[in-house]
Amino acid sequence: MSLFRSIVFTAALTGVIVGVSVSAVQFAGTSQLIAKAEVYEKAGEAESGAITVTPMADAHVHEAGHDHEEGGWEPADGFERIAFTVAADVLTAIGYALVLCGLIAMRGKPVTWREGLLWGLAGFACVMIAPMLGLPPELPGTPSAPLGDRQFWWIGTALATAAGIGLIAFQRKPWAAVVAIAVIAAPHLIGAPAPPEGLHALTPEALRHQFGAAAVMTSLVFWAILGSLSGTLFNRFECAA
Amino acid sequence: MSVSASSTISTPIVANSATRILQAAMAVCFGMIIVGFVGFSHIEIVHNAAHDTRHANAFPCH
Repeated sequence: MSLFRSIVFTAALTGVIVGVSVSAVQFAGTSQLIAKAEVYEKAGEAESGAITVTPMADAHVHEAGHDHEEGGWEPADGFERIAFTVAADVLTAIGYALVLCGLIAMRGKPVTWREGLLWGLAGFACVMIAPMLGLPPELPGTPSAPLGDRQFWWIGTALATAAGIGLIAFQRKPWAAVVAIAVIAAPHLIGAPAPPEGLHALTPEALRHQFGAAAVMTSLVFWAILGSLSGTLFNRFECAA
Repeated sequence: MSVSASSTISTPIVANSATRILQAAMAVCFGMIIVGFVGFSHIEIVHNAAHDTRHANAFPCH
């Protein structure tokens, strides 16, 4: 079996298992909190539509609010929404597993489930912990900077953290550690795009806090299973090759 | 003679490792495209379909 096929088989199998299990965790946690937040959000939007706002504030309110009222298709609440969320979770897991297995393959050394777990935890640090220092997991109805700016900072932070962790793990020299720390810190010194001033979140702080904790814990489970399963399966497929 | 012998032995190994790196890099790119499509697409329909996943994964949303 070619290496690419081994990676794709590993990632597909891992992605389906991780995506479905994490969806179950999400439905008990983050999805319930999102549904609660949307009640506040809809109430807030109705209220902000009724009061007079300055043109500047109006632009910010639009950015802060939900875009669903723009008329685009969205899955109906209930089965349809759940089905699309499961599909998106599975796709996300397959995508991340492809990246993780690809990097493990580039490294070129066989991994155990435990080393896979460490790779997974590194992934957790890159795409959850580092970006959330500047851009915490958001509930709908939370004011925020323009989407493109946040996406740019998010991707830059994830890549910088990955480069830093890679340097620390594979380059055992003091200079590498210094460079790694600088690279990991750089996006945070530059700073994440800040939400416009003078706007308040439509949801209570306790709910937002609860959502942040739930999102981080879900992501930890996601990456722990994704890493250890990728390590185990990739080893099996590669040995069978 | 010995030089040419060693080069014929080493070439397939180098080529093999290069193709392995290329295949691994393709997998990484493929994975990033999938994550980018689900979590970062500006297309309204994709955004709405993956809405709860985006929020739960702390992908920038809205």
